[in-house]
Amino acid sequence: MSTADMKQNGVTPYSNAIISSDRERFELHPDDRAAIEHEIEHYADPRAASIDALKIVQKRHGWVPDGAIFAIAEVLGITAPDVEGVATFYNLIFRQPVGRNVIKVCDSISCFLTGYDEVREAISRQLDIGLGETTPDGRFTLLPICCLGACDRGPVLMINDDTHFNLAPDTVAQVLEQYA
Amino acid sequence: MSTANLAEIRPLTYRAKVGEPLLDLSLYEAQDGFVAVRNALKDMEPAAISQVVKDSNLRGRGGAGFPAGVKWGLVPMGPDAPKHKYLICNADEMEPGTFKDRFLMEHLPYQLIEGMILVGYAIQASQGYIFLRGEYVVAAERLNQALAQVRAAGYLGKNILGTGWDFDLHVHTGAGRYICGEETALINSLEGRRANPRAKPPFPQIAGLWGKPTVVNNVETLNNIPHIILRGADWFKGLSQGKSPDSGTKLYGVSGRAKRTGLWELPIGTSAREILEEHAGGMKDGLNLKCWLPGGASTDFLMPEHLDLAMDYDTIMKAGSRMGTGLLTVVDDTQNIVSVVRNLEDFFARESCGWCTPCRDGLPWTYKVLQAIERGEGRQGDIEMLEQMTRFLGPGKTFCPHAPGAMEPLQSALKFFRGEFEKGIVA
Repeated sequence: MSTADMKQNGVTPYSNAIISSDRERFELHPDDRAAIEHEIEHYADPRAASIDALKIVQKRHGWVPDGAIFAIAEVLGITAPDVEGVATFYNLIFRQPVGRNVIKVCDSISCFLTGYDEVREAISRQLDIGLGETTPDGRFTLLPICCLGACDRGPVLMINDDTHFNLAPDTVAQVLEQYA
Repeated sequence: MSTANLAEIRPLTYRAKVGEPLLDLSLYEAQDGFVAVRNALKDMEPAAISQVVKDSNLRGRGGAGFPAGVKWGLVPMGPDAPKHKYLICNADEMEPGTFKDRFLMEHLPYQLIEGMILVGYAIQASQGYIFLRGEYVVAAERLNQALAQVRAAGYLGKNILGTGWDFDLHVHTGAGRYICGEETALINSLEGRRANPRAKPPFPQIAGLWGKPTVVNNVETLNNIPHIILRGADWFKGLSQGKSPDSGTKLYGVSGRAKRTGLWELPIGTSAREILEEHAGGMKDGLNLKCWLPGGASTDFLMPEHLDLAMDYDTIMKAGSRMGTGLLTVVDDTQNIVSVVRNLEDFFARESCGWCTPCRDGLPWTYKVLQAIERGEGRQGDIEMLEQMTRFLGPGKTFCPHAPGAMEPLQSALKFFRGEFEKGIVA
């Protein structure tokens, strides 16, 4: 399925999750609260730290649970829908659970010209998942991403914070092996 | 060639090679680093800095080519100007086919910081932000390390070098979305909002970040500033070696199926042929050049017969495209143009922020039609509809340049390769 199809069918990686009423079940870790408060100091308005805050929570939990939206809103002094509006806009914020490792495979033009389709198919074949899906064992989530700015070394992908260059279908397996 | 000579012809990159970053402040200072800041803050009025840059005719390297000094000239100055003013570096490099700012930030973080201090001083900014895309993890780490050293050395902070001017920089990392590269969307994103563009006017220089005067400049643009201050406007103008009325050098690059893809700092106005054939070694064996994007996904395709054109803003504009970021994406003759354009429009459809209807609805529709044509299932009238789209989504019809940019490769592909589209229409 292409990314435009995914968007149309509502299974886009940019989640449309609806805030549920489980705000009580989520407790912001004290370290995360401190980290968010530290980020606020960099800006003239606490709201500016909303992306930082979402990333801080996501780093601990792997994704951003519903309750975290309320908790972040409280720390920043803005409404939960405002936080949710930000969380659902940015594709690197996950509003539903993802695997332990997130593969972001560049599907932009230079990688497309140098073998994106073959690399993406090799990954899908090996893990038996398509774009936007997670392996049943929770090891990998596969997402498309736009140009990673390494076009001279394409095809390119990121796994978590690591960027892997000059991929080919037959080197995909050894890259994936590095992630448990 | 000696380092001193290289500094005068390849100012942006002479201090670092691919894989050999310069990550030590004292080494940077030993190669003229921060001399421009020390000189300027001691001897120059803020307005004089803007004037030198205006005289140098440095044009914005983010893609639009707007003269940098003129952009700053709109910022209110003097005792009645707002107390808070902001400088933002647009380091949200996400234009498909573009990989120059990554190199500069990973290899020469001090040069960007030095440029930002100079521009900050020129507009008397109170705070600067580097808006860095979240995926550039290595650049974030190196910029933050460099900032700590630069702060400790007294080039950032309170009362910088005894001038009474306070200024600091913060690296803000994003969370994705191409639209953040549009400067008003970037400002909304930095404020912690959805990255929908803002209406202009007011321009950011008057009312930008938190309603205060704000200048947004690209990474490569800012990297040029220390050199212009150090060596002057006339030297900068001479860098193009008569190849172009534009000034300076440019980071050019090639991606796609060429022999030696990469990035090179060359006089602005260097021909696309020299870039592709001499520096990138031409297309891979057995492949021929079919067409090329001069500077990213949002620029019109050009053909092999355009290769002798000078890669500068006005020449490429006259040929019907835009220089954009100046990094060539070469398409080889094994590629079906419909598939190539389908890939581009899939990107633009996904990255639309959804704010205005022509873009939000027109781009997915365009993509669907291209997909049908690619599969050989196009219907009579589809090509005419795509042509109509290039007008409905063109300049002036949408809130920001996203959709018009998306139409550039489509309209040029239809112009040069109409026959390939026709093959995908069911008779």
